[in-house]
Amino acid sequence: MAKYTEEDLKKELETQEYEYGFYTDIESDTIAPGLNEDTVRLISKKKNEPAWLTEWRLDALEIWKKMKLPTWAHVNFKEPDYQAISYYSSPTKGAKYNSIDEVDPELLDTFKKLGISLEEQKRLAGVAVDIVMDSTSVATTFRKTLAEKGIIFCPISEAIQEHPDLVRKYLGTVVPKTDNFEAALNSAVFSDGSFCYIPKGVRCPMELSTYFRINQGGTGQFERTLLIADQDSYVSYLEGCTAPSRNENQFHAAVVELIALEGAEIKYSTVQNWYPGDKEGNGGVLNLVTKRGICEKNAKISWTQVETGSAVTWKYPSCILKGDNSVGEFYSIAVTNNHQQADTGTKMTHLGKNTRSTIISKGISAGYSQNSYRGEVSIGRNADNARNFTQCDSLLMGNNCGAHTFPYVELKNPTAQLEHEATTSKIGEDQIFYCNQRGIDEEKAIALIVNGFGKEVLKKLPMEFAIEAQKLLEISLEGSVG
Amino acid sequence: MLKIKNLHASVEGNEILKGIDLEINPGEKHAIMGPNGGGKSTLANVITGNDAYEVTEGEIIFEGENILELDPEERAQKGIFLSFQYPVEIPGVSVMNFMRTAINAIRKSKGEEDISGKELMALLKKNSALLGIDLKFLQRYLNEGFSGGEKKRNEIFQMAMLDPKLSILDETDSGLDIDALRIVADGVNKLHRSDNSALVITHYQRLLNYIVPDFVHVLVDGKIVKTGDKNLAIKLEDKGYDWLKLQEA
Repeated sequence: MAKYTEEDLKKELETQEYEYGFYTDIESDTIAPGLNEDTVRLISKKKNEPAWLTEWRLDALEIWKKMKLPTWAHVNFKEPDYQAISYYSSPTKGAKYNSIDEVDPELLDTFKKLGISLEEQKRLAGVAVDIVMDSTSVATTFRKTLAEKGIIFCPISEAIQEHPDLVRKYLGTVVPKTDNFEAALNSAVFSDGSFCYIPKGVRCPMELSTYFRINQGGTGQFERTLLIADQDSYVSYLEGCTAPSRNENQFHAAVVELIALEGAEIKYSTVQNWYPGDKEGNGGVLNLVTKRGICEKNAKISWTQVETGSAVTWKYPSCILKGDNSVGEFYSIAVTNNHQQADTGTKMTHLGKNTRSTIISKGISAGYSQNSYRGEVSIGRNADNARNFTQCDSLLMGNNCGAHTFPYVELKNPTAQLEHEATTSKIGEDQIFYCNQRGIDEEKAIALIVNGFGKEVLKKLPMEFAIEAQKLLEISLEGSVG
Repeated sequence: MLKIKNLHASVEGNEILKGIDLEINPGEKHAIMGPNGGGKSTLANVITGNDAYEVTEGEIIFEGENILELDPEERAQKGIFLSFQYPVEIPGVSVMNFMRTAINAIRKSKGEEDISGKELMALLKKNSALLGIDLKFLQRYLNEGFSGGEKKRNEIFQMAMLDPKLSILDETDSGLDIDALRIVADGVNKLHRSDNSALVITHYQRLLNYIVPDFVHVLVDGKIVKTGDKNLAIKLEDKGYDWLKLQEA
């Protein structure tokens, strides 16, 4: 069979009859705010979960109750009132608006700049969609193609029902309930998220994207993603979307677990553009995420992220290099503007022999923002000949922002080779004038310089995603000079 | 093409240009010579609109329009080009990408469509051949790790790509060995037409053996103290700038 591309999928859909009606407005199904044992039982019951999972959640709640929000990150924010949050809301919300005219024009303007089609704009803004490209039918066609290869890609709530053994075997094995405060909370109350399983020896024929997930009624507050790549399989997974999500949820605590079995490779790319708050730093999303993957023998996990949104980002996509010859990579661009704060980086834990890791982190700070890289490379006692290369570059715009680097190293094996490089630079007036003199205006000049700065990371993204991400960088820094 | 009247300019409150008058017609090549600190580079920066320099008096008319209120990119879009004395590095941005961005910015200002890949490729090939540049060079990041000669050659390459009406060459000869100088000067000469002009700023007469000017102006202490033809440059080389200062006294 020839390679099935997203382009083929689109064509297929255009010729397909409209299969499903659009959502009939189901009754809003939201439980009262507050968090206790009853809440957890109620969530589990509403999702019709097996008893083991209910117990698992309750156990996580008990663990969470004994924990405190850690304070080591270089960010300042008011801790959410966990009793004021509603922990369950039906994922199949009806349309927020009846017509695109009701949507915030500023949001539509941003969509336009990103080159998002009108129909896609409607879907993202939450306007009722009444065309064939409804996400439900897209997802159905998409999944049929994947099913032929034995690939499972569905909401985790569905996986719990249909593939309980797989979920039970792997859930919480990479990020245990006890891992940290946010992870414990997520384990107790996670609403939904994605599940993906790639069978042995299968190369997933297309980029898996959360775009195509069924019932994507806005991003859940407590998303849980579990991705398993069986022996010698390959998958490239795209998370998020360059379009701004104006979620009303102020507080996000997601958990992502990746399992790369022997010889498998997972490429996980994220573009995050959640609401960063206004220019004065009011509002915005608190994004406190735990992402981690484990590599068995000869496996590889590569994290690539472009982070431009959220008021506070706290996120360290990490790799446990358990198997011999396994490889971990982390490529990151984090942009902060206005009053945004980001504390992001990675943890590479070398356990196996001949394990290798690469960390390339690019921080761009503008306005009054604070941007920190925090990374830990630890080489275990048995990790003979482990190697790490770390490069952290910071680019500053203006005089009121901050860039910080917190690299940690833990070394228990003398055969390791570690390299660390760090630079801090400023966009120079002379660089801007040089561009101006070639006819390029200031905003475009900054976009050019910033994209050049982030080149090494951008080129790791799948092509289409990379182009969108470049535009996103440009938009995120708009108005940061002058 | 360019008419400068009684131009005064200062940097951080110090007056550098103290009343410059200069007229350049289409097809003409002018050279500005003078001792260091006389205001040669300031003049180039003021014409191109660098806001580190403040114009306190006078006018700069380009093609009949006073351009003093225009932003640097608007002046560039109208066809004023500066070959920088010290070209800056822009890591991660290839020469090719930079050129495409510049060409499209200029086209956009004129309400034109973006350049097609095919057209761009043809232009790149033509002009890299003109300046003896390997196409691989165009994939390199702008000025990053370039030798002095490569930087200057790249400036003239950009000039060829953007095809400006007025080209200002600021100390293009500095840092060039004789072979590189010849290539660069050759490029400039080949690009010269009856409808474009050049303003060559140089400390030494050497460059003017290759780019032969129609007029030579001597800029000392913020003023043009003498104007002549190419022979003036030769005389200066021979006698030094002090000779002029003596004449003035």
